[in-house]
Amino acid sequence: MRAAAVDWRLAAPLGIVYLALFAAPLLLLLGISLHADQDLQQWGLDNWTKFWGDAFYRGVVWDTLRLGVAAVLVTSLFAWPLALFFCNASPRTQKVLIFIILLPLLTSVVIRTFAWIVILAREGLVNQVALALGLSATPLRLLQTETGLVLALMQIEMPLMLLPLISVMRGLDPNLLDASRALGAGMWRSFFRVILPLSLPGWIAGATLVFASACTAFISQSVIGGARLVYLPSLIWQQAMVVYDWPFAAVCSVTLLLTVLAGIMMLNWLGRYARTD
Amino acid sequence: MSQQLLLNGIVHSYGASRAVDDVTLEVKAGELIALLGPSGCGKTTLLRIVAGFIRQAAGQVVIGDRTVDDLPPNLREVGIVFQNYALFPHMTVAENIAYGLVARGVGKADQRARVAEMLATVRMEGFADRKPRQLSGGQQQRIALARALAVQPRILLLDEPFAALDKNLRLDMQIEIKRLQRQFGLTAILVTHDQEEAMSIADRIAVMNSGRIEQLGSPVAIYDAPATPFVNSFIGSSNILDGVVEDGRIRLSVGAVLPCKAPDLPQGKAVQVSIRAEQLMLVRDAAPDRFPVTLTLSLPIGGQLIHDVAASDGTTLKIATARHPGDASSLPGTWHCALTPEARPSIFPQPTP
Repeated sequence: MRAAAVDWRLAAPLGIVYLALFAAPLLLLLGISLHADQDLQQWGLDNWTKFWGDAFYRGVVWDTLRLGVAAVLVTSLFAWPLALFFCNASPRTQKVLIFIILLPLLTSVVIRTFAWIVILAREGLVNQVALALGLSATPLRLLQTETGLVLALMQIEMPLMLLPLISVMRGLDPNLLDASRALGAGMWRSFFRVILPLSLPGWIAGATLVFASACTAFISQSVIGGARLVYLPSLIWQQAMVVYDWPFAAVCSVTLLLTVLAGIMMLNWLGRYARTD
Repeated sequence: MSQQLLLNGIVHSYGASRAVDDVTLEVKAGELIALLGPSGCGKTTLLRIVAGFIRQAAGQVVIGDRTVDDLPPNLREVGIVFQNYALFPHMTVAENIAYGLVARGVGKADQRARVAEMLATVRMEGFADRKPRQLSGGQQQRIALARALAVQPRILLLDEPFAALDKNLRLDMQIEIKRLQRQFGLTAILVTHDQEEAMSIADRIAVMNSGRIEQLGSPVAIYDAPATPFVNSFIGSSNILDGVVEDGRIRLSVGAVLPCKAPDLPQGKAVQVSIRAEQLMLVRDAAPDRFPVTLTLSLPIGGQLIHDVAASDGTTLKIATARHPGDASSLPGTWHCALTPEARPSIFPQPTP
């Protein structure tokens, strides 16, 4: 079927749903953020200047971005070796692996997150092992730290990185690696010069998903990060549901949206340099 | 630069099946040996063992005077050309050729000079900045060859390098590879399942069957005097006739006595006689060393006429004769099949069922 022959009206049902349930609320949100008072009587940029004029709030934006980047970096660090292992494994091992990889997606977010509390707590698994092995004299503080949060996010979001990465890497010609090795390149050089550049499209897809979901992972952020660590999602919740300052919550929301969008656009821009053909 | 390669008692198994079964092979410096055999005969496994991608279960690989068994592929200085070329798609032609030089820490200026030299060697000047996907199959093959040769490998391995090329291009590339192999005095192994390919460019052919080398010899020797029925059936097309040893000669079941001497076999021993199509001819007159046949079909194939004939017991044979200009087919009627004067039929004992 020719592309032009497909009637655009086929997209209309979904388009109307999006317009009504996505675009309209978004415009409404933007409208709310442009009000100066909580009763939504006066228009003004007061809340925007309040947000961006305050170092604390700018810090929250920065922390959220950093959390996203850290999650992407840590996930990538583990995903690439795992994807390599997967691609070289026997079909049977691959079946088991894919089940393990998908496991985080099959469990409820809340359960997964609380499981991490059990692991990271003062009396938790990590600390008991560290103390028993004498790696640390005092229990490590993992809960309510960025390290613990990134660790939990890494596990929860690993499938989002792994699946696109594996699907691209399985399509790579195994002879390329052999050719690289035979030409005198060691494993590391072969990885960085051949496998990494050729699997970048998969990584960019994975990184986009991980970045977006790490920045907006409200449950993980608030349960593991606790009250000590404030990120944009919990700030929005606090402003909207506790303080009832809807215009300010709207400013936070639009900011979060733009922050995540900026990250995704950065990755897309990187993608233009990852053309592999 | 060119060095000899010695494979000494190489054994390798995949699970229960022996892929390579005690193979010993000496490739002389500057020699091109073809490993010829059907798929699954172990030829590719053997190639990958030489390259270092697979560690053999037993035996040694010796390049020059050095045993390389403990060396990873990147330290073996072996060049490989793959069937699908395996050019790096994200690099330009020049970057592909320079890849091995970069890995060896060759300086930028030397790299550029060597890349230009290799491009000239494979007659691809002016393609340096193209990406592999912008090249045709034959051009990609030339670049793959240039990339493998740029690092001056001690051994060149060719893994079915012509399989993906169309027929006309294949001959060009065979000539090209042979030319480069001669020019650089390269020790090379060619893996192939195509006997014509092996015959045309190899100095010697090792015919492989289920993990073993059945026969090793020059293309002519293997074609003219196949050592086993397998080699006989794999190389060239042959007519197989049954016979028995009788007074030092062989009586064929189709009713003729071969004019040549039988090998040293006991009286009455059942044998298989293999005669190449071009070693038979059709004549009108009967004789003790001829047998009657009916001509069913004649096909003009280029410079040859291929006749399809049936003997009295139903055995079908193919006979190839030179075609004279204007000839389209032979006349039907009674013919007798005779061996040409230079015919050297191969005689094998009848396999016991």
